[in-house]
Amino acid sequence: MKIWVLLGILAVVAALAPFSGPFVILLLAQVLVLGIVAMSVDLLLGYTGLPSLGQAAYLGVGAYLAAILATKFGFGLGWDFWIVVPLGILMGAATAAFFGLFAIRASGVYFLMITLALGMCVWGLAYRWNSLTGGDNGLNMPGRPKFGIELANDLAFFYVVLGFFVASFFALQLLVDSPFGKSLVGIRERELRMRILGYNTWLHKYIAYIIAGAFGGLAGVLWAHLNGIVSPSDLILTTSVDVLLMVVLGGPGTLVGGLIGATIVVFLREYLATMVQWWQYVLGAVYVLTILYLPGGIMALFKGGRR
Amino acid sequence: MDANFWLIQTFNGVSYGALLFLLASGLTLIFGVMRIVNLSHGAYFLLGGYVALTVIGATGSWLLALPVAALTIAVIGLVMERVFLRPLGFDPLRQVLLTVGFAFLFQQAALDIWGGDNLIIQPPPSLSFSVVVGGLHLPMYRIFMIALAAAIGLALWFAMERTRMGAMVRATVDDAEMARGVGIDTSRVSMFIFALGAFLAALGGVIGGAFLGVYPGLDFEVLPIAFAVVIIGGMGSLAGAAVGSMLVGLADNFGKALFPELAYFSLYAPMVLILALKPTGLMGRE
Repeated sequence: MKIWVLLGILAVVAALAPFSGPFVILLLAQVLVLGIVAMSVDLLLGYTGLPSLGQAAYLGVGAYLAAILATKFGFGLGWDFWIVVPLGILMGAATAAFFGLFAIRASGVYFLMITLALGMCVWGLAYRWNSLTGGDNGLNMPGRPKFGIELANDLAFFYVVLGFFVASFFALQLLVDSPFGKSLVGIRERELRMRILGYNTWLHKYIAYIIAGAFGGLAGVLWAHLNGIVSPSDLILTTSVDVLLMVVLGGPGTLVGGLIGATIVVFLREYLATMVQWWQYVLGAVYVLTILYLPGGIMALFKGGRR
Repeated sequence: MDANFWLIQTFNGVSYGALLFLLASGLTLIFGVMRIVNLSHGAYFLLGGYVALTVIGATGSWLLALPVAALTIAVIGLVMERVFLRPLGFDPLRQVLLTVGFAFLFQQAALDIWGGDNLIIQPPPSLSFSVVVGGLHLPMYRIFMIALAAAIGLALWFAMERTRMGAMVRATVDDAEMARGVGIDTSRVSMFIFALGAFLAALGGVIGGAFLGVYPGLDFEVLPIAFAVVIIGGMGSLAGAAVGSMLVGLADNFGKALFPELAYFSLYAPMVLILALKPTGLMGRE
């Protein structure tokens, strides 16, 4: 049911996109890319009960991988874009596999803090490792890939991003509906009981963390090509917090909620900001009001959601 | 790389650590007593600097700006705690998002009131000279920062260890439920600690305004560093905040001087290791 509504809405958006302005198309693509990151955070927060405050790190490693390959080696600007995508996914997964060794040991507020610290480590490297990352200036992408179709065309690129979003959504939906996904929910609800039942809860959380990192890496590759520039400001703490808000605002444990949250936050940050000076009051108010009045997120308003 | 290099870098590191102590001691107390992860703490630091600029602009007195700025922000913190944080209960995720929301609101308000320029708080002439010790030029202002942080650290330690209020705070840190059981008004203790934390952060903002500056975005720049201090020292521990701020101050200075490409990594990687190996921090209690 939920899936058909989502696909219907995406189909309508895809059909209307050619008739909207270039700015709106870019914003829609941003929503979809951040929607992938938000769904990856939802896998952790909504299904496994792990509030990650550092998911921007995986967006970052994916984006920097694409940018470094493109600027230093001219790689990934033609058909080889389809090699960079799995490389980005691998990069996100590998980084998460390493970071997870530290992070999964922690729980509750310590998990928040250690993911914050890991995110800041990646930011610190991006910010200061000038020879590799271009430091504060970041790396300018030489252009979007072209292979038969020109992705330099924003509309064409939007459709590619849409394809990746839908694929990510189905992959994650399959995952959370699988027995593995069900055990993640069990861990969220009552980790001790799952452990007594014989589940290796550490391994379950570790695998979920790696999968979330992989989707973060995928989003990063798309993010690099979408914006044409990768800089440390893409992976500051605020990005991670924004993504967390997207999930809480949309409704944790729903996957679709992440997209709803991403739509609202991107609209406020990018669209409203071009119209009024005081947009950040609205963003701040959305944060505060969500926490005070919408504990289950928007999806909870149409039943479903997390219980 | 002679002896002077090491001495000067150590001196700079310690004085930066002194500033970090002002910022982080409040954050660690707030966490220890109330279990609140306060992401508005950087905003308190920034607002403190801005309020001080206004006071200095109106009266010309830097000395007056210190208490006025700190008290103003303490009141803001107090209201935030009473109205929003206290009813929220204990859920770190919701605290994080709520306090980030406030940080954004404060950021916008500061932008509307004080504009987007990079401002500097000029220290009074009586602190703007250098003393020469053994051939090293040491800015008096940095010596003052170290002295002030040491004085405040001692005062906090004395208040926590030797006064009745301090005993109540420690009891609340150790076991809030028990503390309520023996008749301590833990709600009042929390209110007091939150206001004190905001007070200290704003004080740090005024002091730091002389060499970090006061500008939009400073709030989210100092916030993760304050968390690094708190985590390395141990959440809730004053002694830990002192040790942590010295370590982070020195690591920051030597990191930037010796391996600039790893400068920030060398701050946050220890934070990760501490969290993974000993989550209670160097000085925290189990």
